[in-house]
Amino acid sequence: MSTYIATRREFLKIMSHAGAVLAIGIGPAGSLLAGPRKLSLADGDAAETELNTFILITPDNKITIFNPRPEMGQGTWQSMPALIAEELGVTFDQIDIRITSGDRRYGTQSVGGSGSVRFSWLPLRKVGAAAREMLIKAAAKRWNAAEADCYTEKAKVMHRPSGKSFSFGELVADAAALEVPKEPKLKDPKDFTIIGKAIPRPDVPSKVNGKAVFGLDVKVPGMLYATIQRCPVIHGKVVRFNEAEVAAMPGVKAVFKTERKMPHKAVDAVAVVATTYWAALKARQVLQIEWDNAGYENISTEQYFAECRAKAAQDGNSYPDVVGDVKSGFARAAKVLDAQYETPFTAHAPIEPMCATVAVSGNKAEVWAPVQGTTDTIHEVSEYLGIPRENVTMHNVFMGGSFGRKGYLDFVLEAAAVSKNVQAPVKLIWTREDDLGNGPYRPGMLNVVKGGLDAAGNLIAWEHKIIGASIKHQVFKEDTSKVADDWASETIDQATSPYVIPNRRQAFNLNDTPIPIVWWRSVYSSTNAFAQESFVDEMAHAAGKDPMDFRLEMLKNEPRWTTLLQFLAEKSDYRAQRRAGKAVGIAIAHSFGSTAAYAVTVSKKDMGVVIEKIVGVIDCGQYVNPDTVKAQTEGNAVMALSAALKPAITFAGGEAQESNFHQFNLLRLDETPPIEIHIIENRENPGGVGEPGFPPLTPALCNAIFLATGKRVRKLPFDLGNPG
Amino acid sequence: MAKYTISVNGQQHTVEADPDTPLLWVVRDYIGLTGTKYGCGMSQCGACTVHLNDQPIRSCVTPISSIRKTAKITTIEGLSANTDHAVQQAWISEQVPQCGYCQSGIVMSAAALLRQKPAPTDADIDLALSGHLCRCGTYPRIRKAVHKAAKMMNDK
Ligand code: FES
Ligand code: FES
Repeated sequence: MSTYIATRREFLKIMSHAGAVLAIGIGPAGSLLAGPRKLSLADGDAAETELNTFILITPDNKITIFNPRPEMGQGTWQSMPALIAEELGVTFDQIDIRITSGDRRYGTQSVGGSGSVRFSWLPLRKVGAAAREMLIKAAAKRWNAAEADCYTEKAKVMHRPSGKSFSFGELVADAAALEVPKEPKLKDPKDFTIIGKAIPRPDVPSKVNGKAVFGLDVKVPGMLYATIQRCPVIHGKVVRFNEAEVAAMPGVKAVFKTERKMPHKAVDAVAVVATTYWAALKARQVLQIEWDNAGYENISTEQYFAECRAKAAQDGNSYPDVVGDVKSGFARAAKVLDAQYETPFTAHAPIEPMCATVAVSGNKAEVWAPVQGTTDTIHEVSEYLGIPRENVTMHNVFMGGSFGRKGYLDFVLEAAAVSKNVQAPVKLIWTREDDLGNGPYRPGMLNVVKGGLDAAGNLIAWEHKIIGASIKHQVFKEDTSKVADDWASETIDQATSPYVIPNRRQAFNLNDTPIPIVWWRSVYSSTNAFAQESFVDEMAHAAGKDPMDFRLEMLKNEPRWTTLLQFLAEKSDYRAQRRAGKAVGIAIAHSFGSTAAYAVTVSKKDMGVVIEKIVGVIDCGQYVNPDTVKAQTEGNAVMALSAALKPAITFAGGEAQESNFHQFNLLRLDETPPIEIHIIENRENPGGVGEPGFPPLTPALCNAIFLATGKRVRKLPFDLGNPG
Repeated sequence: MAKYTISVNGQQHTVEADPDTPLLWVVRDYIGLTGTKYGCGMSQCGACTVHLNDQPIRSCVTPISSIRKTAKITTIEGLSANTDHAVQQAWISEQVPQCGYCQSGIVMSAAALLRQKPAPTDADIDLALSGHLCRCGTYPRIRKAVHKAAKMMNDK
């Protein structure tokens, strides 16, 4: 089994034995298309014909599945082929997996928004099922048997009555000549042998022996190495630099002014290109640049949050899902509480920093990069270089983590600009300092919440205002100053937060920033849930009710939510622990199509607490691999703890104040409490998995801290030893 | 520039490099063993961990000039011939890696720990592995897998 990128040469190697192959692609609106019927080297452009197919079966029974969804740790290397393999009737040890290279006929080839399984669930299963039906038809014809008596298993078509079988390879020539069925019959989930099973992930061995090829590991002939100095004061301009001195450094091939092209802005930078990366880094140390920072040297996160707080009393722009009338609701309330919750700017900091290898030659470009979007990369590179899309060749490789960051392609465009300048293949590697100092970051947010209880302790009025920067506004240039940013309301709007409250309003109030921002694992849900679920807890205590019961009461029309909470109560022994005086905090949140909840148990220690245990439950509907669901949720819990307890990114004087992991320290193994994750089993449509485990963790922890210490945490990050 | 002869995974390599070139980049860019990763360049993350005479070191802060000719360097590629070191097997069995990028370094530190302490306690594991960062958050599985690897080695 191979987990490498399919290069043109490798593909030709696969195809060199091929006579006929079965090749099925997905057309517009999910329709199935026949791929090329016959492929051989003599066909001339075999690499071109490769691109229309998800499955290749050769007469010697070699099976290749093309995977459209890049792998960043979330498990698509397995989950996408699994959808096809399940319906086709092959096992993981019988297939080669190759990542697709951006041909438009594969449709979207990107990952994000926890969408891969959700959106490929039916289309890719249909691809596998169509191939299965064609193979069965071919076999039945040869046996002169009924198709209903045939089934597929382990890359064979089996004839049930006689026990006879054909390998897929023996049938492929006949099958390829058949029509592709339009609506193939999908398997009954009860017959699944791959989907829903904890099958070991095929990429794992290559990730414990050093063989997996990440972006950092790409090597192409004649490749040079580049490093780029961007202005420490974000957005500063290059006035002059000591070009001659740097150019004379050993190994240096070129030093020149270049740019960092972000979606909203291109900023100056200076590139150093050398024969080795170390030579480039050493030369960069000698580089002295005079910058013009006018207009940027006052950028600070302190000022940004002061501006947010200044807007706290404003109404902001309402989301359309207003319920009742909050003003009169608050007027009728026996008790009204309000609070402000603040969450900082923070960095994705995947352990593999941004890196990309690009070879520009004339009006052609070849790209090897760890990116969330293969198609997006081709698009952006072709636009940026002003060359036709067809002239850009893309090889996606494993991402060494991303969390949203590698869906922002500034680093690929930087590498393209540098390669274009030197007309040679260039590998650009960001240092960790480049990563933490330049962003883009998760935007800092202020959440202003207000709640009103009636005399019986029922929540009768609720207002949640989000104040801060808008990704849509900055990255996609959509004006969100006058309408609420509809990307920012996940987890707190009616559709994703079904608490029944008779008077309810959510609003967004833009506070723009020049600091580069972008989506970060679970995006606004990571900040929204902290405010919502902490404040629901505050209201429960004000009402004198148990926080679990308080929520259950407001969710009684939502069986999936109440089931989840009750399951959490059971798995965490919530009731018994609370009776024994233990501090157990809970929170629940919905994002990216799934709902997750945590119970966090803490014990008091000196001024603060220690976390004893985290129990999490996720309802993500049907899933591909339960172990991956658990792994993603564990990872989300750890990342949430990091974001809650470890340093944030702060700006002062236009510069990020955290430069490397000694300052932007992440949670470490010795600080990680025991984490136990459970999955709700049901037959609902698949929900997301990569992000929904993040949002409820922090509020659950802070709710536990309140119980243990009486201190309410309303600002992140905080110190577990002295919270609040 | 100077010539250095170093032994990596049992093979002698002669490279011409600046004396301060970190072993990390020598191993990756000169010798072509890319299993060892860069994450911070300042001894904070552990992604670059290799063995120097069976001891885990951070190759990003180890200049090539400090390596003796007789020293034995082992990278992830040299840990076992067939991915059959107990740590690798336990890592596969616990499905530890997510993105996998940090894991070469952690596997190397875990292997060195088990060589010294065949039955490590949780505190031993904390001490040996808390110098590593895993942004994907695989820590709970790492802990389990180290215990499992210890058991596999002791059962042999
Ligand atoms: S790269 Fe060496 S410790 Fe991070
Ligand atoms: S597995 Fe991704 S950083 Fe550790």
